[in-house]
Amino acid sequence: MAAENKNARVIVVGGGLAGLAACVRLAEQGVSVDCFSIVPVKRSHSVCAQGGINATNEIARQQGFSEWMHMDETLFGGDFLADQPPVYEMTHWAPRIIDLLDRMGVPFNRTPEGQRDLRLFGGSLFKRTHFSGATTGQQLMYALDEQVRRYEAEGKVAKYESWEFLWPITRGEGAERRCVGIVAQDLRTMQIRAFPAEAVIMATGGCGLIFGKSTNSVMCTGGAAARCYQAGAWYANGEMIQVHPTAIPGADKCRLMSESARGEGGRVWVPAKKGDTRDPRQIPENERYYLLEERYPKYGNLVPRDIASREIFSVCVDDHMGVDGRNQVYLDLSFKDRDELDRKLGGILEIYEKFAGEDPHDVPMKIFPAVHYTMGGLWTTFTPQERPADPRQDLNCGRDTVTGMKFGAANTMMTNITGLYAFGECNFAYHGATRLGANALLSCIFDGLFSGQGVVNYVRTEAEPVENVHQSLYDEAVQQEHFKTQRLIETAEAGHNDPATNPYQIALEMGDEMTAACTVVKTGPRMEQAMTRLRELQDRYQNVRLADGGMWTNQNLSFTRALGDMLILAEAILQGSINREESRGSHYRPDFPDRDDQRFHKTTIAKFNAKTGRPDFDYRDVVTGLVKLRPRDYGKTSSEPKKSKEPATV
Amino acid sequence: MTTATDTRTRTIKIKIKRCDGPGKPAYWQTFSVPVKRGEGANVISCLQYIAANPITDGGVATTPVAWKSGCLEEVCGACTMVINGKVRQSCSCLMDSACPNEGDTLTLEPMRKFPVIRDLFVDRTRLFESLKRVKAWVPIDNLWEQGAGPKETPDEQQTRYKLSECMSCGCCMDACPQFHQIADSAKWQTAFIGAAPISQVRYFNLHKTGATLKADRLSEMASQGGVSDCGNAQNCVKHCPKSIPLTESIAAVGRATTIHAIKQFFTGK
Ligand SMILES: Cc1cc2nc3c(=O)[nH]c(=O)nc-3n(C[C@H](O)[C@H](O)[C@H](O)COP(=O)(O)OP(=O)(O)OC[C@H]3O[C@@H](n4cnc5c(N)ncnc54)[C@H](O)[C@@H]3O)c2cc1C
Ligand code: SF4
Ligand code: SF4
Ligand code: FES
Repeated sequence: MAAENKNARVIVVGGGLAGLAACVRLAEQGVSVDCFSIVPVKRSHSVCAQGGINATNEIARQQGFSEWMHMDETLFGGDFLADQPPVYEMTHWAPRIIDLLDRMGVPFNRTPEGQRDLRLFGGSLFKRTHFSGATTGQQLMYALDEQVRRYEAEGKVAKYESWEFLWPITRGEGAERRCVGIVAQDLRTMQIRAFPAEAVIMATGGCGLIFGKSTNSVMCTGGAAARCYQAGAWYANGEMIQVHPTAIPGADKCRLMSESARGEGGRVWVPAKKGDTRDPRQIPENERYYLLEERYPKYGNLVPRDIASREIFSVCVDDHMGVDGRNQVYLDLSFKDRDELDRKLGGILEIYEKFAGEDPHDVPMKIFPAVHYTMGGLWTTFTPQERPADPRQDLNCGRDTVTGMKFGAANTMMTNITGLYAFGECNFAYHGATRLGANALLSCIFDGLFSGQGVVNYVRTEAEPVENVHQSLYDEAVQQEHFKTQRLIETAEAGHNDPATNPYQIALEMGDEMTAACTVVKTGPRMEQAMTRLRELQDRYQNVRLADGGMWTNQNLSFTRALGDMLILAEAILQGSINREESRGSHYRPDFPDRDDQRFHKTTIAKFNAKTGRPDFDYRDVVTGLVKLRPRDYGKTSSEPKKSKEPATV
Repeated sequence: MTTATDTRTRTIKIKIKRCDGPGKPAYWQTFSVPVKRGEGANVISCLQYIAANPITDGGVATTPVAWKSGCLEEVCGACTMVINGKVRQSCSCLMDSACPNEGDTLTLEPMRKFPVIRDLFVDRTRLFESLKRVKAWVPIDNLWEQGAGPKETPDEQQTRYKLSECMSCGCCMDACPQFHQIADSAKWQTAFIGAAPISQVRYFNLHKTGATLKADRLSEMASQGGVSDCGNAQNCVKHCPKSIPLTESIAAVGRATTIHAIKQFFTGK
């Protein structure tokens, strides 16, 4: 190819863990970076992560576990929907990622001897979760934010905070199509501008807000990914949405009670007798129904999230055994030592106390499942690499060679549009049909550090320098966005008192409908009904009215624009769910209760059809070769409370 | 969706100090917001209601109020504003305790020490710039595999962890009598830096690798706008939502700065 491009620039959209890790890798390799974020990067959604980050460690190794086992648990947890080589690579890089974060100064909890402490997490039988109190995401974010600030001070990274990504700029058609920059808008001045770059990395996180109230931050609309999807990037496994079993429902969001609460011994229960309204502290042990422990003796409270959510949901909704007759169950830590709780879980217990008004040191918390994580996302590819199995890392793998990803390959986590990448929660690559707890932070940072190297190589040697791109391409892209903005702004003149055309009302209805039809339990007829409703909402959106027609810090505009994109992505999620006539991981269809590998051991790919405005679907075989598929039941026994536990009187 | 017979719902008033943009005059507007008891309503859910129904108490249609939020669980710092005169996060301000009765009023104002962009949305760039001023990072060599970082005891970890919880919300600065609003970014470098970055100096100096930049940080602390500008009013620590021991940090950094200055005097470095 051409000579090395020393002036290459990369745009990173998103300053969460994935985006910041990418900035660090690119800047370290001497590539100039422009980082865009709706909020100051330090306030990105990743700060919400509580529980921890997974990596095999020396103790686990001596107990017979290894990276291979971490990989196996991840694939098994994801019900084998993830391509296997990326999961292999991620889990095998995990220990060195922890070491690097440790060098960056992350205050990981320590054992009395000063080693990094570990905790147990869902879907695992060995301790492999590193943590920093109960604010691990915040601590990791700050460490990366600090490194990026250092590069910023050296002039290697430029931050565009309070800027919103609007559209990817591409040139060429079909397989020749390349991403050469983005259009973005300053959310304060409302200026719209084109930014050229040799490559663009989307690191814009998940789309929880499509479901209304979730555990996500307010920026997690999925709007940015939805724009790439409409521009022709494929969206994969959209139907795989994780519902976390333990959240506190609130008026504005559902606040998470991390899985680490159960990792540290927290127990989920309901009164064994329906309608028992006694103070939980007055209910004796033998009159409590520890639903997860009884139904899953092997994993107990640490079954994967989809299973825990389903069981809690069924105990409340089907069996009407929820606490106080409401949709809630107890998550109990009150029997644990106060000081230890503070050291290990202080951050989340504070959240509970603050928002629920009760002290979880003393009384069990009341929780219910909530939408939490987007396993699906922009479709991305990779270059597989075969190599000899490593006796330490691949302990007991029973094979001579393994397949991971090639470090530095230019297509690593590239979408179907050359030069457009997706990292972190906004891609589909690592978690299959369910994400295991503490694997998301890992996948985000792994993408930044590992996949980031591929981008470095791409812009240096393969990408065409943007100087060669005609300015008119950028001008047209800006023009296009001006036009869309203007269209919305003009609606403000028509007045805004009708709920039918009120963007917030439409968003509310979309969230309610998607949550009711497309989360814990999905059935064909209910989803078809939701599709009809969604189409109505899309129609109503055509006449949406803004309440603010100004061009200064117009948040109304930004919200309404994202709503339009959410309505389109919601359709891909819903249609993907309707099409997948099986149950797999988080995708549970009582009308198709079994996993159907024959028909559906496949990646769903939604391609936006610009003519119909709807998704076309394509299915691709999952890349396997490392682990054989096996049933995923986590040793379930019965789903009946033991009759003997029913108290005689209440 | 409120009915007079619904005893769980009450109507409260939210009085908001608004401003259409930099250099524009501030003005007040009041909104009536229905709130249900026991459902966890907070300032954010009230502002969301106002965004969807931007009509003032007097029945006048207006623009939705601009504000910032993110996590909604008091870890990102985005939603900081002045509520009933006190600077704090709005997401953790629950209406059942702040406005328990029918007709109660809550007053919202933007932070006082940072320039207003619009309404309750302020520009806290200065705060992030101050982190550059004190080199708030651990200067690692590179990203290649080099084993673990320095070991530390659980006590050391607990001390650092507490300091690391600072979410750059700026409450400590907003409440500080020595910290003033400065629009001209050229003057930030020599103006009083505020409690949070001072505490970050302590945080990074406590880390073995971080401490390699200790001298630079303490020189900055000894210069104009450094730790000696603190008047010890202790407002900062009273307003920190994360209970960061700011006065302890200020004292520790003050001592270290003095020692550093004496050393510099004798060694000439
Ligand atoms: C409450 C909670 C707790 C969690 N706990 C854990 C845990 O313990 N362990 C674990 O492994 N995982 C956990 N997770 C999951 C994990 O936190 C997320 O998957 C991860 O942080 C996502 O990081 P990200 O970098 O992909 O995206 P985010 O952190 O969401 O960042 C997205 C970035 O993109 C920017 N952005 C978005 N749209 C645009 C746009 N249009 N224009 C410009 N910028 C844009 C945003 O401003 C932001 O900077 C948790 C999640 C939640 C909700
Ligand atoms: S102690 Fe110092 S930093 Fe804190 S409020 Fe007082 S003057 Fe400001
Ligand atoms: S020290 Fe406390 S008040 Fe100050 S910025 Fe940090 S978290 Fe906010
Ligand atoms: S929204 Fe993050 S602190 Fe309130």
